[in-house]
Amino acid sequence: MIEHWELLLCIAGASLVTCIPRVGPMMFLNTEALPAGVRRWLSFVPVAVMAALLGPDVLVRDNALFLSTDNLFLMVAIPALAVAWWTKSFFGTIAFGMGAVALARYWGLA
Amino acid sequence: MRNTSSTALWDGVKRALPIVLGYVPVAFAFGVLAVKNAIPPGLAIAMSVFLFAGSGQFVAVRGAGVGAASVVLTVFVVNLRHLLMSASLAPYLKPMTRLQKFFFGYELTDETFGVHSTAFQRGWTLVVPTLYACNVTAHASWIGGTVAGVFFGGLIADVKPLGLDYALTAMFLALLVPQCRSRLHVLVALAGATLSVGLSLAGVGQWNVVVATVPAAALGAALQTREKAA
Repeated sequence: MIEHWELLLCIAGASLVTCIPRVGPMMFLNTEALPAGVRRWLSFVPVAVMAALLGPDVLVRDNALFLSTDNLFLMVAIPALAVAWWTKSFFGTIAFGMGAVALARYWGLA
Repeated sequence: MRNTSSTALWDGVKRALPIVLGYVPVAFAFGVLAVKNAIPPGLAIAMSVFLFAGSGQFVAVRGAGVGAASVVLTVFVVNLRHLLMSASLAPYLKPMTRLQKFFFGYELTDETFGVHSTAFQRGWTLVVPTLYACNVTAHASWIGGTVAGVFFGGLIADVKPLGLDYALTAMFLALLVPQCRSRLHVLVALAGATLSVGLSLAGVGQWNVVVATVPAAALGAALQTREKAA
């Protein structure tokens, strides 16, 4: 039971430290009062953060750079980028990516 | 009136559908992992309700043995990137009350941020029910996937043959591409990805996303300022 208490504490603490950064800036930051440079910086945050999330996902495996045709996640990412670019469809891109990974494994390519 | 508001809600649900496609398998995997790590079903589901943070929840489940303080600290670092996302949405949310922003921000994830931010950049005019409908749909699918994983995890032995382990990667990719609106944005994306990869190879642990985003976005701002001045 002690373990469960600790877990409960863990969940409460983790929820709190997740919630504060999510709600804090949008609730209390008056962006109009910020200098133009900072606002410009904020406008580049979405593209920078999505790229920073994606990069290691497709290029790093077991703490090493994984640049190889054996890297299925990378090999699928390349056509998936093209699908995303041409179709502009979130749903289509995600379905394509997951489907391509499943097919490659089914055919024994990876 | 009724028509307008149900259209607004439906727009939000539609906005969330690609997220649902990605969330259900990831939440399912989370449910399976939680049970494997001897976490009671109720607590695993509570995590999906109150935390609603993919990577944060995986950290919490894997680290259940290392002590609460260390888990909370890691989750904090992992989710610090939301601070930047929340700030970058702030200019678009001006007409909302603080309480409305709280309920919206509570369900801010990488993916809900991605779709809303893309919509705003495409010139979408704020409709608060659409924001909520999208977030609640995404959250519900996350909870539903967790419940399925906790109780029916045995039905799917391995998610790999279905490509379900690619769900999050495919989602980041789908969310990144529409952000690349100009050559400058592509450059910032390359900088962000390179820095993030370099930092994670250097072993900075969970800090890589936040630490890579700050200078990559600054590069974009600096180059844009120079462009405007020229």
